[in-house]
Amino acid sequence: MKPTAFEYARPSSIEEAVRLLAEANGAAKVLAGGQSLGPMMRLRLAKPSMLVDVRRIPEITSITAGEGDLSVGAALTHAEVEDGKLPDTTRGMMRFVASGIAYRAVRNAGTIGGSLAHADPSADWITCLSALGAKVSVTGPKGTRQIPVDQLMVSAFETALAPSEIITRVHIPNLSARARWAFNKFCRKTGELAVAMCAVVIDPLRAVARVAIGATESRPIVIADATSLLSSPMTSRSIIYEGGHAFSPATAQIHATILRRTLEQAARP
Amino acid sequence: MMVEQPGGAKGVGARVLRKEDDRYMRGRGQYIADIGFVGVKDVAFYRSPVAHGRLNGITFPPHLRGRVFTNADMVGVKPITALTALPNFKPSVQPPLATGKVRHVGELVAMCLGDTRAEAEDVVAELQVDIDELPAAVDILESQAADAPLVHDEWGDNINLTSTWESDLAAAKAAATHVVSREFRTNRQCMVPIEGRGAVAEWNSRLNQLVLHSSTQMSHLVRTGIAECLGLEEAQVRVVAPDVGGGFGYKGIMTPEEVCLAWLAMQCGHPVRWLEDRREHLTASANCREHHYRMTTYTDDRGRILGLEGVTAVNVGAYSSYPVSSGLEGAQIVSNLPGPYVVPAYRCVNYSVASNKPPILPYRGVARTGVCFAMELMIDAIARAVGREPSDVRLENLVPPSAMPYTSVTGKNFDSGDYPHAIGLAVDAIDLASVRRRQQTREPDGRRIGVGFSFFTEQGAHGTSIFHGWGIPMVPGHEQAVARLTPDGSLELRIGAHSHGQGMETTLAQVAHEVLSIDLQKVKLVHGDTEYTPYSTGTWGSRGAVMSGGAVAVACKELGQRITRIAGHLMQTDPAQLRFADGAVVGPNNRMSIREVAEIWYHKPQLLAPDVHPGGLEVTAGYKPRVDTGTFSYACHAVVVAVDVECGSVEILDYVVVEDGGKLINPMVVDGQIYGGVAQGIGTALYEEMPFDSAGQPLASTLADYLLPGSAEVPAIRLIHMETLSPNTEFGVKGIGESGAIGPPAAIANAVNDALRPLGVEVAEVPLTPHRILSALAAARVGSPS
Repeated sequence: MKPTAFEYARPSSIEEAVRLLAEANGAAKVLAGGQSLGPMMRLRLAKPSMLVDVRRIPEITSITAGEGDLSVGAALTHAEVEDGKLPDTTRGMMRFVASGIAYRAVRNAGTIGGSLAHADPSADWITCLSALGAKVSVTGPKGTRQIPVDQLMVSAFETALAPSEIITRVHIPNLSARARWAFNKFCRKTGELAVAMCAVVIDPLRAVARVAIGATESRPIVIADATSLLSSPMTSRSIIYEGGHAFSPATAQIHATILRRTLEQAARP
Repeated sequence: MMVEQPGGAKGVGARVLRKEDDRYMRGRGQYIADIGFVGVKDVAFYRSPVAHGRLNGITFPPHLRGRVFTNADMVGVKPITALTALPNFKPSVQPPLATGKVRHVGELVAMCLGDTRAEAEDVVAELQVDIDELPAAVDILESQAADAPLVHDEWGDNINLTSTWESDLAAAKAAATHVVSREFRTNRQCMVPIEGRGAVAEWNSRLNQLVLHSSTQMSHLVRTGIAECLGLEEAQVRVVAPDVGGGFGYKGIMTPEEVCLAWLAMQCGHPVRWLEDRREHLTASANCREHHYRMTTYTDDRGRILGLEGVTAVNVGAYSSYPVSSGLEGAQIVSNLPGPYVVPAYRCVNYSVASNKPPILPYRGVARTGVCFAMELMIDAIARAVGREPSDVRLENLVPPSAMPYTSVTGKNFDSGDYPHAIGLAVDAIDLASVRRRQQTREPDGRRIGVGFSFFTEQGAHGTSIFHGWGIPMVPGHEQAVARLTPDGSLELRIGAHSHGQGMETTLAQVAHEVLSIDLQKVKLVHGDTEYTPYSTGTWGSRGAVMSGGAVAVACKELGQRITRIAGHLMQTDPAQLRFADGAVVGPNNRMSIREVAEIWYHKPQLLAPDVHPGGLEVTAGYKPRVDTGTFSYACHAVVVAVDVECGSVEILDYVVVEDGGKLINPMVVDGQIYGGVAQGIGTALYEEMPFDSAGQPLASTLADYLLPGSAEVPAIRLIHMETLSPNTEFGVKGIGESGAIGPPAAIANAVNDALRPLGVEVAEVPLTPHRILSALAAARVGSPS
């Protein structure tokens, strides 16, 4: 279980990183925390010709407060979020979600941007940030563009990123003072990949009532206006059972339960 | 000659800290991968990608010549065969590298050499291996069918061994008021010691000797096996086990990798190394536990067992592993199924079924974890049938203390104990009455509470007569130990067994201290190296404390007599009046340190008596318990669980173990053994499974798919020790090393069934995954009249 030989580069700017990726013609991979890529390389499921290590690029590690949102460098680790390095603009949601990702050793190295780019359906940030209505900035040979997080993932392990694009920043809308949220996931054991996941964000002042259902077979199921669901959580079963998903009966039941419980929790005053 | 034990007792029974933890806890242990070898090259194996197939050919680019080795290269190397003398046993022939057919995913096909492991894996990737895939025998029941694919064509079927026990059930059937039948299954899992296997082989041209460093529990048997396979004299083979990061039975076999490495080291002029990675470990090697049971009990109205019938099976995989053989598990099932109970009539047949899966290996508890699961779920099923508390039905059937020593229906000699007292302690500690009260009201979170028990005996340190009966090539006889006093008065103990987590560097020093009063820090245990230790079948079967402990006690007693004889002459005192205290020989009104005695023997022999024992201060002694059919420790596990019936998850709220291991040499070490064993048993109960698809492909290849319980899943376990001495061993010690891993699946499944009883649901298969629990709940809803 050792990787194939690869080159290693540690560019100091996004432009240089993008150039290295473009030159490799799809054979290079971005290395951030390496918590998913590392095992895949050791299993030889990924055999990149080069790793482009972006962790030292200032632009993707800084944190800046914007108008109504927080702009976070994509190379921020889960542990940094867990430990409160971000100003709390989500009434504790980001910090709570970070604290439940895998194990501390993984959180010490794994990054928000890396998790989003890897696009594992069971990962936490893709579901949490979809519910928050966050966007990412991505930079490629053709410049920089923004993608809403709920549009980023196309299917399991597949994103809307072009081969040489890098996620540089995550923009998280500020929750207002009366906002509420709930987040639940079902794991076979502490720290393992989730079987079912749900994030709910209710922010009446901003007219937000969003639900994201994660750990599906593909991208999260996002319900942009969940007002009616929140008033009657029992009706949410149909989303799982009638959405054309390929869940086994047991998995469907777990999803439906986690969804209902999360809605109930969020709706509780 | 017993030592007085004032305040700071360190002898047998003392809770002293483990000596070896100083290096373990500081990261100073030395495992296979930590040892440097000059010029070592790494080996990676091409392993079969299919479960069953005809191997037509292996080709590789010419530039790899000399770096790729196949079966055709290993001329004269004998295949691994592990026979039993049991009737009907069909031997399998396991070539170290496959030839003709491949019989399980992960079977070794070719050995590839590189300067690093990564380069060796690059070579593996360049091989072209032509295999025609064949249909695979996978399922434990389907593989028994007449039309199942044949794992070994020459056998004619896949029945490796049929084991039976026959007694007349007619009276039981006639008298029974209740007949309870159930089907149970324990799925295949892995052992997963934190350190996998690993071996480094080198040829020493000066000594004309192969030196094999291996992460093994039984260096002497590996040496015997390697010499056999390679046609070497045993003196030409030295096997060294350094620190070993957990064995649990996985390292109680000789592996084909070891044979390959040993052969390769003899071909090339440098050491060769193979370090198992976790994918190899999970998918190709460390498999265990796969059993199936169909059982019927005949009982009276109180649930007293009148007769027991079983048709059982164990999926033994493709080959019989050396030396334990594929017959051990089945023989254990048949002889252990009746458990700690009075069973007047018993009939059982077990089929050891070959399949296209890796060979089944004897994981901690060996067959008894499955046996306990089946029998203890049966007891609860009987309790439901007759409308009594399961703990009361156990009391109804347990062998009473007045019957000890008791010969069970299968001839097991239960040496001592008070089984009913143990279950009473467990019922009180888990507070059965308060759990029953709590069940009367709905839990605030909607979960359902259940309580479950399991009770079992653990045969340990079973010796010659038992293993001779099974006819396998590892029949243990006398266990030996060497006790040697050095000129400065320290004591070296040499044993052929190996300590890899059992704490024997401490506990055997405690035994020596008990006899000779030498300070624990002055006692050094030498183990794991065939060059320096007496022959032993190794560390397995909960035998270390009984066998090596007994041998050390006997050797130290003999050494003590030699010391007092010398000291008696020097002190002008009758040796019979001398005793040991604080590292000295003490007489009625004089004393002499053991160090002085040693110094005189080694350096001032002119002072010795003319008739001094010429053997001096070095003793080799052998030991065997008075009755060699094994000690029987026993335990009752009691657990309270909460089941989330919407998600199918189980949380352990309370866990109690009442355990009787006879005299405990170091109760703290035993505590550790029980905690670790229970953690593994929780894995068997709830998490660990190696699933296969219908083509025989293993579906869990990393620890992300193969779930082990972590610190969050293992509750604080409450231990209660009883101490009923064995009449047959030194100090009354009983083997207890495997015990913790035997009880949890049964106790936890019984607790889940207790929780789900109002819903009409009964589970009968481990691990109890959310999917299994939800499926059982769904089936009950479909089946219910509403």
